[in-house]
Amino acid sequence: MVSAHTELNYDRKIEGDVIVSRLDSVINWIRTNSMWPMPMGLACCAIELMGVAASRFDIARFGAEVMRFSPRQADCMIVAGTVTYKMAPQVRRIYDQMPAPKWVIAMGACASSGGMYRSYATLQGVDRIIPVDVYVSGCPPRPEALLDALIRLQEKVKREPAAQRLFQRT
Amino acid sequence: MPAPTAILPALQTRFPRLTLRASADHPAVNIPADEAGALLKTLRDEFGFAHLADLTAVDGGPGATPRFTVVWHLFSLTAHGYFRVAAHCADDAEPAMPSTTPLWPAADWHEREIWDMFGITFPGHADLRRILMWDGYPYHPLRKEFPLAGLPTELPDAEIAAEIPTKVIAAPMAGGPFVATTGELNLGEAEPRAKDESWNERREKPDA
Repeated sequence: MVSAHTELNYDRKIEGDVIVSRLDSVINWIRTNSMWPMPMGLACCAIELMGVAASRFDIARFGAEVMRFSPRQADCMIVAGTVTYKMAPQVRRIYDQMPAPKWVIAMGACASSGGMYRSYATLQGVDRIIPVDVYVSGCPPRPEALLDALIRLQEKVKREPAAQRLFQRT
Repeated sequence: MPAPTAILPALQTRFPRLTLRASADHPAVNIPADEAGALLKTLRDEFGFAHLADLTAVDGGPGATPRFTVVWHLFSLTAHGYFRVAAHCADDAEPAMPSTTPLWPAADWHEREIWDMFGITFPGHADLRRILMWDGYPYHPLRKEFPLAGLPTELPDAEIAAEIPTKVIAAPMAGGPFVATTGELNLGEAEPRAKDESWNERREKPDA
């Protein structure tokens, strides 16, 4: 005789320490809360980037305080500053060296569009060489603006089909 | 040491081909290119101008003869004054000027910059490479015929250039270059911006 199972709630005695969730949410939850930035500091925006990392603004609150100067250990490139054509191949090479999944924040007017440098020497926006996820306006942006960009990037990452991509052939 | 202006008569007796150069501030002279090295050495060793403060060049524009002028700014640490020496490059198409790196090691990077920006070569320079633009860049950007927006060319790194379609392009010049307003106390008004907003990428620049 089969007894009627009326228990619908989570039962610790039966299920132990198991939590049911979607793989996407788990992976994205891990990714969003420990995003290791690659500080691509090229001009004055890099000073604001340092401000973001310091105590007043404290990017550690969003889990992105581990600035990695090796692209192999980073997953979010923050392009902070004017990208010259001379520097552009190096920026691209560093981006190529970052392991996937990787994201890019274009910080400030210069990285986003060339800014006020309408000249022969300046790359007119870093999106001409690498895919950009979030653009930050400002010259330079306030530290809060970069934190906002990071939060928006986290929201974007949360929507990604991470599990699907994990097993995808590339 | 005498003041910089006081040495001019002595210099003119030593270098008869030396002529005075119009100047709003410091004493300045023109000297033929072949005598420039000797004059600079004399100024350094006998007149106390031990310090090469600046070394730059002037482009008179296409068609001007002589077109390129190299300018030295010397500073005397004893007389506390500057002295300017200018020498025209003989050839307008392939300008050259004897290097002053034997006199002042500091001239090294200055001459590399002049080569990079103006295309003036310095025979006698040990390592005349570009310093601001990358090796292989085909133009000299501070020449008068070179547009501020730049000219299309390839990216510096061939490996990266093969990987991505990006090229060096002329910068969009809508509304003109960004220019700051000097003397403006309102920082919002003083910040750099395109001064002529009557034209942009979509609307052509009206003919003047």
